[in-house]
Amino acid sequence: MLANQHVLEGNRLVNDLTSSNLKSSETGIESQRIIARYMLDLGAEASIHKFHRQLNHFHPLHFFSSPDSGIIEENYSCSSYGINTVGIIRAPRGDGKEAIVLVTPYNALKSGLGEALSIGIAYSVFSLLSQVTWLAKDIIWLVADSRYGEYAAVSAWLRDYQTPKFSSLSTLDAEMCPDIDNLYDLKVNSITGSKFSSSFKRAGTMAAALVLKVRNKSDQFEDTISIYAEASNGQMPNLDLINVVNYLAVHRQGLHVKVEKLWSLLNSSWLKILGEIFESLGKVAKSLNPKWKFGITATEYVEGTATLASSLYYQALGLPTGPHGAFRDYQIDAITLEILPKFSSDKVRHSDILLRGGRLIEGVIRSVNNLLEKFHQSFFLYLLTSPSKFVSVGVYMIAFALLIAPLPIVAASLYVDASSLGNCSKSDKSTPSASLDTDEHSITIGSWMWLNSAKLVFLVHLWGAIVSLIPYVICQIPDCTPTTSFMIWVLLSMLSFLTLYSVLASPLSCAKASQEKEWALVKSVTISSVFIGLGLMSVINFATAEIGALLMVPMCLLARPLKLDVRAGTLRSFSRMIGNLVLGLIAFPPAAFFLLKGMLDGFGSVNVGAFWIWVESLWAWNSATYLFIGMVHLPCWVLCIHILLHTC
Amino acid sequence: MALLQRPFFVLLLVLTHQFMQYWIAFGSVNEEGQKQEEEFNEELLLKPLPDRKVLAHFHFQSSAPPSTSNGRHHHIFPKAISQLVQKFRVKEMELSFTQGRWNYESWGGFDPIPSSNAKPPGVELWAVFDVPQHQIDASWQNLTHTLSGLFCASINFLESTTTYSAPEWSFPPASGNLRYGTLPREAVCTENLTPWLKLLPCRDKAGIAVLLDRPSIYRGFYHSQRLHLTSTGSGSEGMVSGIILEQTLTVVLQPNSQRAGMAYASERHIQPSWSLTSIFGKQVSGTCVLAKSSNVYLLLDRGLVAELEHLHKENEKSAENGFTSQNFWTKPSFELSADPDRIFIEENSLHSKGSSVLYKFQVEKYSESEPFDLSLTWKIPVVWLSQQAPLHASRFLMGSGNERGAIAISLKSTQLSEGFMGANADDERCDLQVNVFQVVPWYVKVYFHSLQVFVNQQPKAISDIIEKIHVSPSKDKVSPGVMEMVLKLPCKVNSAALTIEFDKGFLHIDEYPPDANQGFDIPSAIISFPNFHASMIFLKDDSVNKSPLLSKFQEKSPVMSYTEALLVPLTTPDFSMPYNVITITCTVFALYFGSLLNVLRRRVAEEERFLKEKAAKKTGRLSLLLSKLSAKLRGRQWEPPSSPPASSSFINAKLVFKVILVAGLAVGWQYFFS
Repeated sequence: MLANQHVLEGNRLVNDLTSSNLKSSETGIESQRIIARYMLDLGAEASIHKFHRQLNHFHPLHFFSSPDSGIIEENYSCSSYGINTVGIIRAPRGDGKEAIVLVTPYNALKSGLGEALSIGIAYSVFSLLSQVTWLAKDIIWLVADSRYGEYAAVSAWLRDYQTPKFSSLSTLDAEMCPDIDNLYDLKVNSITGSKFSSSFKRAGTMAAALVLKVRNKSDQFEDTISIYAEASNGQMPNLDLINVVNYLAVHRQGLHVKVEKLWSLLNSSWLKILGEIFESLGKVAKSLNPKWKFGITATEYVEGTATLASSLYYQALGLPTGPHGAFRDYQIDAITLEILPKFSSDKVRHSDILLRGGRLIEGVIRSVNNLLEKFHQSFFLYLLTSPSKFVSVGVYMIAFALLIAPLPIVAASLYVDASSLGNCSKSDKSTPSASLDTDEHSITIGSWMWLNSAKLVFLVHLWGAIVSLIPYVICQIPDCTPTTSFMIWVLLSMLSFLTLYSVLASPLSCAKASQEKEWALVKSVTISSVFIGLGLMSVINFATAEIGALLMVPMCLLARPLKLDVRAGTLRSFSRMIGNLVLGLIAFPPAAFFLLKGMLDGFGSVNVGAFWIWVESLWAWNSATYLFIGMVHLPCWVLCIHILLHTC
Repeated sequence: MALLQRPFFVLLLVLTHQFMQYWIAFGSVNEEGQKQEEEFNEELLLKPLPDRKVLAHFHFQSSAPPSTSNGRHHHIFPKAISQLVQKFRVKEMELSFTQGRWNYESWGGFDPIPSSNAKPPGVELWAVFDVPQHQIDASWQNLTHTLSGLFCASINFLESTTTYSAPEWSFPPASGNLRYGTLPREAVCTENLTPWLKLLPCRDKAGIAVLLDRPSIYRGFYHSQRLHLTSTGSGSEGMVSGIILEQTLTVVLQPNSQRAGMAYASERHIQPSWSLTSIFGKQVSGTCVLAKSSNVYLLLDRGLVAELEHLHKENEKSAENGFTSQNFWTKPSFELSADPDRIFIEENSLHSKGSSVLYKFQVEKYSESEPFDLSLTWKIPVVWLSQQAPLHASRFLMGSGNERGAIAISLKSTQLSEGFMGANADDERCDLQVNVFQVVPWYVKVYFHSLQVFVNQQPKAISDIIEKIHVSPSKDKVSPGVMEMVLKLPCKVNSAALTIEFDKGFLHIDEYPPDANQGFDIPSAIISFPNFHASMIFLKDDSVNKSPLLSKFQEKSPVMSYTEALLVPLTTPDFSMPYNVITITCTVFALYFGSLLNVLRRRVAEEERFLKEKAAKKTGRLSLLLSKLSAKLRGRQWEPPSSPPASSSFINAKLVFKVILVAGLAVGWQYFFS
């Protein structure tokens, strides 16, 4: 159990770090040295890991490839490297096959008290673990140099851990950088006999990883921990990891645990009314039979919905919400814990945070340590509604399946209607004296009619692929503001659309005879392609598919040429026309983005460049959402607009 | 009368016993004249380690000379072992149980102790048989079962051909009759130690073995219990071969005083002082009476001696008159509680680092009243480094995902070895030979063509570096893949790396171990340096030759080190899946057969005809009542049914048809699947 003695040691390190900041802040190498010395004092193996900042580039060919490939060797200079400090405790009686990773991001150049505190917590846990006998897995403590971002440091370390390069010239260059050499004078610790090494140290297969952060500037009224779990493409760590943290934090350390929420939803009145309805329904049900316990209070309902929405949103984005995302790329379960201490500035509070945070980390590490197998029994596919509640895949898939189930049915019925209508009209027009073979001919023509629309749909999808490749070209243009980039993108997209249309799609218009049913066929093919796209996406990233389906399914189902509706002139067709127009506006990806952003942050902050920045972050992180938008959503929208504007 | 008789009888017994003892003694003396007697030696070596820990190495040796007279009977030698040797014709065998890892970096990798006693975690067994080639596998399998019973361990899992291999030449006691197998996941506990102790003549009741206090030896950082036996071939027919059984236990312990020492900043730099009581909690109160010799040694390794000499010289400079080199060892910078009986100084100075020093203590001089409790108290802070193997080897997995990966062995030059490599390094054609022996289970499908070699971070052609390679590819579910290599690296090599790619295989559902989701082990690889010999040669002396431990030290054995065991995560099925599969197949079958029967049974046209016929006739009474009832319930006026149910005779015919159909399907099903 973490005792006061360890907390004192942690506090000592915090004080040393904060004071060294005042002394020399130009390189930040001093704080690395202090941390390495402290690690050595414990008898742990300490080493440093140099890495170079890697800029995120868009490589169309490397989109789905594993993280190791596609690394370009660049001429690095001494100024653009970071130094991670790594300490390893070998389990005294373990066989060294597995390891648990503890990460504390630390920016030596401008570190606040929060970062120093997070290092203090990790150090106090580390000093405890260097003495305990129950360790079965090695412990790796990574102090990630976050001067180029927390994620970059962690992913660089992981890349060197998992896929090292044995032949490289860049590491040789880094050796020449002068101030790193200052670190090597630590060499051997006289007390513990542990050595400091510059070579990369390893310890077995990683079982789980914890990223620890302390945010100092907070105005919480109680000590809070927020959990971030979403990794790239909506992958989540095993639910058991979150459960362990939640259980230990709430029941052992008395900390308040929270997960991200969409704050704007908390104040929405319609949600509150809905929640109250559910609450009263629950009360009625309870009065009928006391065993029925689906009563949920209105506030709980609202909070749960806000959490669910944010969980869905972050998974759909496909961007990792913290450095833990780097671990998920290597199938390692990881979460980020952010400790938000109660607002206070006295020293006593510091040791209290160290003690409680340290005990929480210790408990989690001990739980993972005691596991014989890696996490596999619990859920990997879930949406959180609160730190202790979730919606599992078996439940949320039903909603999604019901949402997309009409698509194939509608597509089939449209197709059948269109082909039978065509036949009927043909047979009506043709004179009874017409021979049998022309009738047969028309039937064969009619049954292959859908190929025309399929060609159109295919072309539009091709155009979608081209549009999603254009940013690669735009990136090559130097000195582009996001706004101009976005403008260039839109222009190029339209240009390519027009070229495609004029070159390839012109023979489309020759089939004038059957135009009245052509839109139905186009709609049928569109709907089936959307169905396939959504089905595929639901496997890759469910949340994206869910949100996409919410926008696209009504749009596809409602789509009907405006001319027909105008011609009909009834109230029903009028309302359908309005619905179509609204949906056509909302479902356009940039429009949807601006609308959402406006709703969340207020419309004042919306500008055109924001969308470009958002898209850039999507492809930089290899998010499948980008592909989905480019190759499923956008073509579908274009096709629906095509149907709406159909001339029949 | 009976009362009187008993004392007489007892007296007689005592007398005969005395006589018998004399007789036996006489007989043994007689035998000694011709050949050697069965012997037992017990020794303990203690060695301070650089990282404030202490190494204790127990060495028990029992030997039975080849003889005709004894037959199957032995005085001291354990019968179980001799039976095992006779039965399976074992020429040489080694079994080790290890917990924890040997820390090559701080505990050294060059001395005889690490190179022969540092073992991979879990169980390692190898044996050389003196039987024709085709019988070796059978002997091995029987041997594993015997040892499994003898040591309460699951050594019998080495019986399967997928777990053991036959190295050709890279494993040091190279021979075609060798079999080698490891169980990396075997847990080691007291239940393995107790049978091991039972092989000792005094068990742990007397002699040095008394120190083996279970809680303290299992608290350590490394625990390796080893049994090594060699049988000297029987010269003539009918002679029982002589056996030398060597039992060693190597533990690395932390002296208790460390925590207390941390409190005082001034004492933090001084190595912890320890004594036998503080590390084992026990003392030696005499020898095992059956032991021929019973000694305790204290070894100061080369690095430590060099450091002490250095410190001593500095002191000498400050003080005006120095000691002679002889005085140096009697007035060292530490204090021993007992005076050593002898001091051995290592003879050869091939190594620039100086020579190690060995203090010998004879346990015979101590008794119950005056127990032997060696203690070492440091006076001045000393920092030293253990001697390393020329290259430090580490092995790790690369890649991620469940499809493929790569194994990498990285060899890093230890800076310390430069000193004695320097002698050869001047030559242009100086080579450092490294043998690599690696066994890979069959479900890790290694592609040997993908072997890549990097020297000093430059990719090299394989033919330049690898002098000799022997590969036996794995066969699925039959045998593991074995890779033996001889690397010739330039002497000035800084780092070298070998990588080899593999695909992860799929196992059959019943081949998964109980905790499959942990991953699968790849046993440790063995890296040996045949050019370097881990030996300590002391002054030629009778006492050196008499001591089995010291003569073991003088043997020229190549420096060996083990790499880490690896854990490969394989795809594991969801083991609750069979249930789901059964449920879903049952549902599918039910739906299929239901609809099939429905289709087969119904004849729409015929049914309609029948119904029309029935309508003409009178309807069944029961159905009439039912339909009336339902009409009443619905509150409508009852109308005579237009479609009465089929007659009972027809139902019977259909029933028979159905039964036959189902039976036919069942028969077909059975036939198809049998």
